[in-house]
Amino acid sequence: MTKYILKRVGMAFLTLLIITFLLFLLVRIMPGNPFPSERMSADQIANKRAEMGLDNPILVQFVDYIRKLLLEGDFGNGTSLYYGVPINTVLSSCMSNSFRIGGLAILIGTALGLILGITAALHKGKFLDGFCTVLSIIGVCVPSYVFLIFLQYYFSFKIPFFPYFFDAKRFLFSSIIPSLSLSLFTLSTIARFTRNEMVEVMDSDYVRLAESKGMYGNSLVRRHVLRNALIPIVTVLAPLIVDLLTGALVVEKIYGINGIGKLMVDAITGEGIDYNYVLALGILYSTLYIGIMLVVDILYGILDPRIRVQGKAGDA
Amino acid sequence: MSEAKVVGNPSANKKILDIKNLDISFQTNAGVIHAIRGVNLDLCKGETVAIVGESGSGKSVTMKAVMGLLDSNATVNSGEILYTYTDEKGQEATVDLLKLPKKQLRQNFNGQRIAMVFQDPMTSLDPTMTIGKQIMESMFLHLQMDKEAAKARALELLELVGIPDAEKRFKNYPHQLSGGMRQRVVIAIALSANPDILICDEPTTALDVTIQARILELIMEIQQKMGLSVVYITHDLGVVAKVADYVDVMYAGKIVEVGNVNEIFFEPKHPYTWGLLSAMPDLETDDDRLYSIPGSPPNLLREPKGDAFAARNQFALAIDEKAEPPLFQISPTHWAATWLLHPDAPKVEMPPELVARLARARKEAEKYL
Repeated sequence: MTKYILKRVGMAFLTLLIITFLLFLLVRIMPGNPFPSERMSADQIANKRAEMGLDNPILVQFVDYIRKLLLEGDFGNGTSLYYGVPINTVLSSCMSNSFRIGGLAILIGTALGLILGITAALHKGKFLDGFCTVLSIIGVCVPSYVFLIFLQYYFSFKIPFFPYFFDAKRFLFSSIIPSLSLSLFTLSTIARFTRNEMVEVMDSDYVRLAESKGMYGNSLVRRHVLRNALIPIVTVLAPLIVDLLTGALVVEKIYGINGIGKLMVDAITGEGIDYNYVLALGILYSTLYIGIMLVVDILYGILDPRIRVQGKAGDA
Repeated sequence: MSEAKVVGNPSANKKILDIKNLDISFQTNAGVIHAIRGVNLDLCKGETVAIVGESGSGKSVTMKAVMGLLDSNATVNSGEILYTYTDEKGQEATVDLLKLPKKQLRQNFNGQRIAMVFQDPMTSLDPTMTIGKQIMESMFLHLQMDKEAAKARALELLELVGIPDAEKRFKNYPHQLSGGMRQRVVIAIALSANPDILICDEPTTALDVTIQARILELIMEIQQKMGLSVVYITHDLGVVAKVADYVDVMYAGKIVEVGNVNEIFFEPKHPYTWGLLSAMPDLETDDDRLYSIPGSPPNLLREPKGDAFAARNQFALAIDEKAEPPLFQISPTHWAATWLLHPDAPKVEMPPELVARLARARKEAEKYL
């Protein structure tokens, strides 16, 4: 198992390096440039380019970048956005906003989704099943920002209970509305998946065998159904988690949250493209994605013994 | 062959399971399927009954009803499943399993008194649990054993079902075992709480031929050791000949012929049984084509009129189209539901090829008696 994990971590690191290189290339190929030409003279731009080392061969630039990143953990400074402020400072505050709201959304979505899915599966074919199915279809169809506006209208305007906009000082209270609306899609997806997986597992031969042993009710569900049904759900959950953590562009914009989704948009659409911000955020997204996939793979190994032994010479 | 086969009179042993007039239908999108149309079946202590018939004849459904494993769209229209057992106080009791609430059935009967071995060992074990845990589960449920005692017993059972290196296998997951091994584990699970009745639903269909024989021998051996009563569900007449004391031939949700194993194999009376026996290959089968019963079983969405087998029966009489034949008695243990046995029926003998074949089989069998 340890060997398996080490191997996976090594692979993840290599993948990340390749992605960083590709990103580095792509950012430089992208149309547009980091300097607002209307407000800067040709001399100024040339100076700036030299200062940032943009005239060096691209491989040299890349090696410099990687060295700085790995040795000092420094993403560099913004070139046009938040000029002169180290990216690390801005990024960490934006990340904490996005992560906390995203994290809350994941918690709500997964918990409610599982409850909804399990309820539906246990009442298959009855009213509750249909009810949960309709709810989850609505959840998949309605975009999160529509739901956000709906919540804002009813619970901030009609009933002035929650704040209109995000307020970092009252963090938990003001993140309920965005978290709820962000969780909707996750919730529905998890609910549908859980229901289908559980129904399938409950129809399986091994559950029949467990019943014929004399198991029933909760202990049957807990011991034989849930674990088997959860394995595929972990796979669906992973990309959903990344989606939520990396911030939602529209929701962050509407609710005035200073998150990484908003930062990405600003870095691209501001006055000139900010190479360093786009790169830093690209690397962040990739790291998150690869990291969570890694966790899922390891979790898989823990949940599913069939995968666990694949590292060894087994007779699978 | 076991001595039990000599028993001519079914009442010599005590009846342990008595299915009376069982009638089950299923609600489907296409309509109501009347799958079981009045099945009567007994099982006596220590004996083996085989239920044979084509796919969809209702063999499995009948036994699932005994286990309380019917799908949620099934309705039991009528009938009783009487099970006689010795209760905790050592007194004899009889219950109708159909009338018990699910919870009570699971708590007191499934596993503990009536256990089942399923068809496909590849899918009937929980892939995420070690086989040791799966075997111990019913001991915790029914025998209130502590962990240590349960483990000792589980290892004993693994050895009993012929799994070498039990200590190591105990910690294995199902995917680490071959199909034959898994079926042995399933049998160990079924035996773990000392049941009286073992229901084997085509226990060897998913296994290759060499393993088949070994699993059957294992079940017979254990049956004798533990005094089990066994019900086999199968469409393999070879299995039946090997293990059964009594045979129930099922067709379209009804039992059409019942008798002891010699009567069914050497003096079958029902044309359907003739068909089944003709369709079984033997060493002398030299024809290019193996005989098969023409047509396919009736769709039970529509209630068959008259004898359900008439349309496929080359010996069908005019009355077969109009009225369903009752069970005619041939000997104290042998009954068949065909109008051919009515005193007014024309004399119809079984096809000569089958007669010749059964004579060969009998000669072969006599070598072993």
